[in-house]
Amino acid sequence: MAQLSPTINTTSAALTVPQVAAAVRRRVLEHTLKHNGGYLSQACSSAEILATLYLRVMRLGASTAPALPRRFAGVPAANNPHAFTGAGYNGAKAPDLDRFIFSPVHYALVLYSLLIELGRLAPEALDEFNQDGSTVELIGAEHSPGHEVTAGSLAQALSQAGGIALARRLRGESGRVWVFMSDGECQEGQTWEALAALAQHRLGNVGIVIDANAQQCDGPMAQVMSIEPLAARLRAFGAEVHEVDGHDPDALEMAATFNAARTCPLVVIARTDPCRGLERLRERAPKLHYVRFKPGAEYDTYQRLLAELTAEAN
Amino acid sequence: MDTVQSPHRANLVRWAQARPEVLVLTADLTASCEADGFRDAYPERYFALGMAEQNLLGFAAGLAREGFTPYLHTFAVFLTRRPFDQLAMSIAYPNLPVRLIGFLPGITTAGGVTHQAIDDIGLLRLLPNMTILECGDATEVESVLDVAQAINGPVYVRMLRGEVPRLFAADAPLQLNQARVLSSGTDVVVISSGICTEEALRATQVLREHGISIAHLHVSTLKPFTDPQLSTAIAAARYGVITLENHSISGGLGSAVAEVIAEQGLGKRLIRLGLRDTYAHGASRQYLLREYQLDALALVEAVAMLTKTTLNITEDQLTATRLETQRPIEKTEDL
Repeated sequence: MAQLSPTINTTSAALTVPQVAAAVRRRVLEHTLKHNGGYLSQACSSAEILATLYLRVMRLGASTAPALPRRFAGVPAANNPHAFTGAGYNGAKAPDLDRFIFSPVHYALVLYSLLIELGRLAPEALDEFNQDGSTVELIGAEHSPGHEVTAGSLAQALSQAGGIALARRLRGESGRVWVFMSDGECQEGQTWEALAALAQHRLGNVGIVIDANAQQCDGPMAQVMSIEPLAARLRAFGAEVHEVDGHDPDALEMAATFNAARTCPLVVIARTDPCRGLERLRERAPKLHYVRFKPGAEYDTYQRLLAELTAEAN
Repeated sequence: MDTVQSPHRANLVRWAQARPEVLVLTADLTASCEADGFRDAYPERYFALGMAEQNLLGFAAGLAREGFTPYLHTFAVFLTRRPFDQLAMSIAYPNLPVRLIGFLPGITTAGGVTHQAIDDIGLLRLLPNMTILECGDATEVESVLDVAQAINGPVYVRMLRGEVPRLFAADAPLQLNQARVLSSGTDVVVISSGICTEEALRATQVLREHGISIAHLHVSTLKPFTDPQLSTAIAAARYGVITLENHSISGGLGSAVAEVIAEQGLGKRLIRLGLRDTYAHGASRQYLLREYQLDALALVEAVAMLTKTTLNITEDQLTATRLETQRPIEKTEDL
């Protein structure tokens, strides 16, 4: 690979959340068709959340990482100075800049697609997706673009973000730590351990945005293991909680407004639809966690749908 | 032989004074892990995370990523067995400089099976990037922090609390991946670790009086495990090797020595003394050392078996043995 000339989108300042969100859905659909499988419903549910975070909420510097991702350089180890993280795609680390911690890393394809739409990653990066030796992994790890910690064992990222936030407070930094989470992770006990610790240590520099799409691998969360009432649970744990339509950029932005005087973690529950923007997906419910189209009619239908969506956008 | 009362408590305060990057994180066992002195001296660097070890390890990982060195103080079982996935994924994989200070190793507590870390070394030897240290006396308690702090990566320390004997001269600090050669001999080599070294010293002294030529090495680094002194001593032992450890014989010192013998083709018999595929229960240390045959008498019996000799050594003789603080033996002495 590597000698492709990256076709970076350099106009991110002019981009709107709905445009970017729609483009992310198209790119993930295209990829799902091309590679016969993908985490498509996660793109449908989280596209506006992630686009709003990057375009309107987080204070991030320009990417410091190569547009074409580096190949995997080995696992971190004392004798491996070449290991790296994908945090550079979210800009430099600086006292006044925010940090982004990506927890449900099976959403990696959504994040890669978003980084492409924002000009932080070259479109060709997706050619490396799930290829041997690539960092553009199926389930992201800390070397994957846009990732900073290894979060695939779910619910571990929030605790790590808490440690980062505590370190930043000890250093007197004004930058905040944003954590994107899935609702399924609220089934893990560690999530609640972390929330208790964030509240106890008054870590108001942490903002958590939850894609509450009410789906998990085995099906609808209400049938598998409900976490409701989520807002009440979170409030009882000492968080400031806002519950909004996760497809409404204005509502998301307002909920994520930071009050410097706040001394508890901020949580935005973004209620989302795992089929948003791709109505057709609804007929597959509840099997939405990983989408693979049946060859023939179903595959062709989605191929046509992609062509229509692309034509609409142009 | 002297004993020192709670050497870690005072040492941690002294040692951390000029190291602002050092933080202490606890999980509701602050005084029980002798971190109360640090808490009172440096409250701005002390963080209680409650009984929530999975999160404790994650917070430590985040702090370590930002350049701090968190020293986690709780019981060994709660740092290793309970949050094993967090240890592997949040700390060991990214090779973060988190220091896990685990108390109540093996059967040092009457707290019973829930509080006795008998599998911690085995579990952590499985983790890439992990360094494992074990203290055997007050000198090692007082010098292990320097060794841990110098390591680029996570470190687990099997720590001792309360009244701790001083087996080794105060000016002979613990050194990474370097066994202490306590005696040399050519019949049998005894390799011991942690609190078992005190037991072994009682036995080796009496055994020598009975004409057995014994080499004795004390191990304080369980991972890495590449000290050539061990191979040399094993190769020289006519009858074989005995390991003595306050841990399961699977996965710990005995297993590590077996790997060395097999991989280097040393071809020696090995008797592993330790917990033999069993849990323990709540009782006094001396009672459990005897019950599970981790004590001086068990070592005498193993030596008799290995050398096929009859040794008339009683428990009373072993108990009466007066231990002196061990001086490093001359480096020039042939093994």
